Amino acid sequence: MGEFKVHRVRFFDYMPSGIRALAFNGDTERMAVARMDGSVEIFHCSDRFFQEKIIPGREQCGIEGLSWVGERLFSAGLNGGITEYDLTNQKVKYTIDAYKIPWYTFLVGCEDGTVKLFEVNEDKIQFERNLDRQKSRIVSLSWHTSGSKIAAGMMDMIQIFNVETGHSIHRMLADRGVGTSRSKECVVWSVVYLSDGTIVSGDSVGMVKLWDDQTGTLIKSHNVTKCDVLALSVSQNEDSLVAGTSEGTVVQFQFVSMVLGKDDKEWVRTRTFKNHTHDIRAVAEITTAVVSGGMDAQLVVKPLLDKIEVRSAASALRKIHFPHRRLVFCARNSGLMLFQYPGHLELWRLGESEGKGSSLFVKRNPEKLLHLKVKGEDHIRCSAVSPCGEWIVYSTASSLRLYRLHYQRFLFLFFQISKLPKVLSSANQLCFSSDSSHLFSASTQSSVHIVSLSQSGCKFVGTLKPKSGSHQAIHLLAASEDGEWLASANSDHEVHIYNLQTRKAHCTVPVYSSAVTAMGIHPTTNCLFMMYADQQMCEYSIEQKQYTDWSRTVQRKGLHRLWMERDTPCLNVMFNPQNPSHVILHDTYMLCIIDQSLPLPDDKTQFYNQLTLKSLTEDQRKSHSHAFKVCKTFKDILCVELISDQSLVVVERPLEDVATQLPAPIKQKKFAT
Amino acid sequence: EECIKCVEITGGQCASLSHGCRFVLCASGDLVKVYSTRTEEWLHSLQGHTNQVTGIALNPANHLQVYSCSADGTVKLWDFIDGILIKVQLVLYKCMKLCVSAWPECFQLVAVHLPKSAEQEVEAKEMSVVSSHISSNPSCTAFGRGGEYIAFARRLQLNVYFFRKQKTCSFSLKATDKKGAQNAFTCITCHPTDDCIATGHEDGKIRLWRNFIHKKEYTYSTQHWHHNAVNTLCFTPEGTHLLSGGIESVLVQWQYGAGNRKEFLPRLGGSILHISASSDGQLFCTSHSDNKITVIESSFKVCGVLQGLVKGDAVLTDLMIDPRSKALVLNGKPGHLQFYSLLRDKHLYNLDIVQQEYIYEAGLDQFEVAKAAFDIKGSWLATVEERGQKSSDLEFFLKLWAFDERTQSFVLNTTITAAHTDRIISMCFSSSEETTMLVTIAEDGQFKAWCQGADNQNFWSCDFVGSYHNLKPTNCSFSADSSLLAVSFQEVITIWSPETWEMLTTLCQPPGIIRDLCFGRLSCSKYLLGTTTRNLLCCWNLLTCALEWSSSVEVSKLQPDPLSENVAAFSYQSKHTDLFVFKPSEPRPLFTNKNVCSEKVHRAVFVPREELLNNCDESSQWLNRSQLYFLTQNMDLLTFSTATEEDRMLSSSKQLVIDDSVAVTPFYLLLGKHRQQQQKLNTQSHPAADKPQQPQGSVTIKELLHTPAHVLPAASVLCSMFVNSLLISNTGEMDSEKEEEDSEEEMEACDSQQELRVQGSVDEVMLKLSKAQERELKRVRKTDFSWMADLIDSKP
Repeated sequence: MGEFKVHRVRFFDYMPSGIRALAFNGDTERMAVARMDGSVEIFHCSDRFFQEKIIPGREQCGIEGLSWVGERLFSAGLNGGITEYDLTNQKVKYTIDAYKIPWYTFLVGCEDGTVKLFEVNEDKIQFERNLDRQKSRIVSLSWHTSGSKIAAGMMDMIQIFNVETGHSIHRMLADRGVGTSRSKECVVWSVVYLSDGTIVSGDSVGMVKLWDDQTGTLIKSHNVTKCDVLALSVSQNEDSLVAGTSEGTVVQFQFVSMVLGKDDKEWVRTRTFKNHTHDIRAVAEITTAVVSGGMDAQLVVKPLLDKIEVRSAASALRKIHFPHRRLVFCARNSGLMLFQYPGHLELWRLGESEGKGSSLFVKRNPEKLLHLKVKGEDHIRCSAVSPCGEWIVYSTASSLRLYRLHYQRFLFLFFQISKLPKVLSSANQLCFSSDSSHLFSASTQSSVHIVSLSQSGCKFVGTLKPKSGSHQAIHLLAASEDGEWLASANSDHEVHIYNLQTRKAHCTVPVYSSAVTAMGIHPTTNCLFMMYADQQMCEYSIEQKQYTDWSRTVQRKGLHRLWMERDTPCLNVMFNPQNPSHVILHDTYMLCIIDQSLPLPDDKTQFYNQLTLKSLTEDQRKSHSHAFKVCKTFKDILCVELISDQSLVVVERPLEDVATQLPAPIKQKKFAT
Repeated sequence: EECIKCVEITGGQCASLSHGCRFVLCASGDLVKVYSTRTEEWLHSLQGHTNQVTGIALNPANHLQVYSCSADGTVKLWDFIDGILIKVQLVLYKCMKLCVSAWPECFQLVAVHLPKSAEQEVEAKEMSVVSSHISSNPSCTAFGRGGEYIAFARRLQLNVYFFRKQKTCSFSLKATDKKGAQNAFTCITCHPTDDCIATGHEDGKIRLWRNFIHKKEYTYSTQHWHHNAVNTLCFTPEGTHLLSGGIESVLVQWQYGAGNRKEFLPRLGGSILHISASSDGQLFCTSHSDNKITVIESSFKVCGVLQGLVKGDAVLTDLMIDPRSKALVLNGKPGHLQFYSLLRDKHLYNLDIVQQEYIYEAGLDQFEVAKAAFDIKGSWLATVEERGQKSSDLEFFLKLWAFDERTQSFVLNTTITAAHTDRIISMCFSSSEETTMLVTIAEDGQFKAWCQGADNQNFWSCDFVGSYHNLKPTNCSFSADSSLLAVSFQEVITIWSPETWEMLTTLCQPPGIIRDLCFGRLSCSKYLLGTTTRNLLCCWNLLTCALEWSSSVEVSKLQPDPLSENVAAFSYQSKHTDLFVFKPSEPRPLFTNKNVCSEKVHRAVFVPREELLNNCDESSQWLNRSQLYFLTQNMDLLTFSTATEEDRMLSSSKQLVIDDSVAVTPFYLLLGKHRQQQQKLNTQSHPAADKPQQPQGSVTIKELLHTPAHVLPAASVLCSMFVNSLLISNTGEMDSEKEEEDSEEEMEACDSQQELRVQGSVDEVMLKLSKAQERELKRVRKTDFSWMADLIDSKP
């Protein structure tokens, strides 16, 4: 099914950042994830945990807590500020200084021992007052549902405050550990205030304790681990509680009646999940699953089988390692690669090889041409390299920079284009036209600015605006090979197609319930090929403004079960120039070529049939082959790109390499070691 | 007339502690045995079942009663203190556990409603089939809180049947998890007060199931300590702890509801098969695979061990009799030899042969005692221990142990590391009293004679190495006077003189490899017997060196009686074993018993009797001097006993029961002495003379002792009657004293007689003393003091 020369790239040292906080919004089914580097990501829980939005972080901006208020997202960080995010434009809205290392949002516990109360106004939050000042620092906070009481976890104790008076009602002392840890103070890492007046605390001794807020007494304590219990989360109907430990285990507690059919219920430790290797810093129980994240930078969605109606691929165990965005860009015609790190860009030239066979001898090693550091504190939001390799552009939340590269045989020139049109102040997504003559920059309100590039500099050409008037940011752009069409996809799942000649909106693809994860315009037929988060695929003819016949057959016949069960979204759509019926797709675990001329497989046919085909004769092969050719040779794929000399670039980031760069986990004694 | 009797075996599969922790009940064969927890002594057995007792359970309504069920299809209710059968329930099927019944192939769970009825024998007709798919393992079934539901498991499925709703909820696990661990259920128990089911699994995990009323929202927590399957689980009666045990022979106590907090009691012996807790939670008892019950205090301290005949995986050694203690010696604990007193039916001690820590884990190849032999006086013991029977690299040691008079035990004398180059097949000591010599034969084609070194060297060394045409030896035997040694090499028997180590002759015989070899005893010592693999039993006359007779029997074990000419031969044919007892001099058997048991018999021994029996019956005469014990493949030790013996045993046990019916209390001591004394009176004095005074007293006492306490009138009513009964003899003597008033000499004689009668009784002595004083008093009273009156009168 086509032979390609493959550049197997493993020198992209991408390190996902550890997860620090999680917040779940039950109404919109969105999960906000804050990472160690200060970035905030929004996942859509009911759309196969697609990473809808990424708000890049800043240098020295550690987020310690996240909270939803309605549909507004707040975070509090170690730099002493409370931040509200503008989710439509995927940026920070404003930051308020809450004085010295706060902890939690809009009810802020400070490192100096105060609990500050903020009022959430329509557009801002306003400081209201302080509660009684305490001596030790406040590590965790939790509201009672009535809003009249607050539980605060501190060093060695938990306090309950009355919000009206601001006074402390109860002080509950947490025991220190035994033995050598006796001298260390016990940090109450997490508290949860349940509506029935029970306070649950997780501390550094490894205990999950249940307290009565009326009497301030301990009801029950569970020894969960030998190390710390770092995170607690309760389900919405308060019948289940999960605790994340620094051993990497998530322990579930359930509110179960001890005698069947009676109402006297107790919290009982039930299941233990071990999916992490490092500290779990945040857990959240959503309706059907437990989500946990920690130092090992993976987000684990563990489904709770008792809450799932139908078992399906959508409700399977899911581990999210890499962002659902592209971090690698290829200059198709010049063999250059641009790697996007949070704080810098790297430009590499691919190596060359000679010989034939399954593995080739490397004639010239890949070479790092450029290491471009970001100016300012903000992290890179998006970047791009032009197909000819002459232009590099990146954007942070506050600025956009365009660079021109010029290389002769031994001379390598690199300079920044200083005079940029004013509209190019910042971009959500960047894209070059295939002939490298234009730069498309996605801006606010789903608009796309067009800038023409030339030797002398750049010139603003015009702005494309959608008819729908959506305000959501664009996360995908695709330009056609002939320079006639541009497609943009935004977080509202809208896909707009613009005519670049007339600079007007051409049409809109019918809105589908799932988000677009990758799209591409076919070079010869000018059909837009789209991949969705729920693994569906569509082909839309731009010229005829309707789905193609092939797309309709796919919808009618349905896709194979094994295809639908994959748990990572497709991240790139490419077209084989030698065979126009070939569409090349990839996700984290596989590379797939779809041959549109072959029949589609149904659920009875064997999906991974390469080996069987090999053993058959030519004639038999025809009857057995189907449209999907899956290649699983590569693992942990970040990017696959087709470059002009008919070779594929596969950028891998093996998880083992990521694991070796993580800090050492807590040492545990294992049986028989 | 003979009957096969199963030797008492303690342990069995289930044990149960009685209320108040005083008795341990355990199922053993077709008996339920009652032991005292304090003294560890056997009290009595509950006899009545005709087949294996499969389960016992205390009657929750009456703590003095116990239900037992058996494979004979009955459920019986016993008063276990008195050993009285109260009620019999016919269930028709084989009961595997209480309320668990079994068809031959598929096991069914049947709820039996025990009808309330006063009749002794009740047929349970009201039965409802709960499930037809349950595990044959009885520990996979358990009743839940208050008997509201029953939980049972089969392989990977847990079912809970609610009696009230008549509904079954079932939950299943995956066959294996990602790590390849086995999830199959092995045991189940239910929490006494909470709705929580604890299940043990093949991979050693324990799961605690909750909320199992819902099909979907059930939940469980997992705990893991055991590295092999969990054999048994038990909640303490308060439900605060969960006890678990497995092959590791460690009793693990989990704190209920506190996750991983647990306590251990390691090194309990064989793997734990069953755990039960007394209803007050004071004692636990564990039964082990090596036929042992350990009684453990709630503070996790072993306070008693009831050890039966240690049942290992296999008996590799022969059955032997220790000539000194007359104890049966065979493999015991792993790496040990056990000494078991057959007379007292009690395990004496274990002799550590291997002297290495045994690791209780499945699949390990560890040293095992493979052979053992005693010399004729019992002062030497030779043992062979082996490792790696299955693999090619075999390791073995020959050890010689000397009996130490001072410590009264065997002490290691010599360890020979490379006695042979290959496995030792057999060994025997010479049977003469003067010189002790050991002969070993091995697969390397040699036989070696070992002697204690000359010039008072204490250790043993090789004296002679012999072989015959490089053939592999199969067996060896010394003649009764040790003048001849017979070693069989495949089809050839060679006769050697141990004095000169000269081969005297060879005896060839019809084809077939020689298996067993033995010399005749006493008057038949000129005969040599041998068995071959080709189903032949041959007898040679050593004087003529010719075959005397042969017969075609497939003999699996040939055992000579050391005290008589008799030889016992076990033959295994068409799935049952027959026994023949014969004298080598004649080919006609003295005694035959067809179908002794259904398994093959490989080990047998004649145990000399303490006192000779005088059986005139010809067929049982062979049992007069010694008793034959034999071990089946199921590790059941069986024996033959005669009818008279059986009768005697029965009567003695009955007597015991009557005596035991009164608990030993201070009150009993007082009354018992009184009764004993009365019995003595009966025997000593003339019966006719005692008759008038006897009845009243003894009847009252008997009434007191034999009427159940709850039907007795109040103690205040009884008191006067009781005291009167005690005083009766006293009044009788008073009567006699009235007569004695006439002649004092007679009275003296009478007194001495009384003294004889009443010796030993403190009360009576006290009474007697007061009587003497009384008499003194009377005499004083009788004496005329009128002269004093006169004297007083005259004074003024």
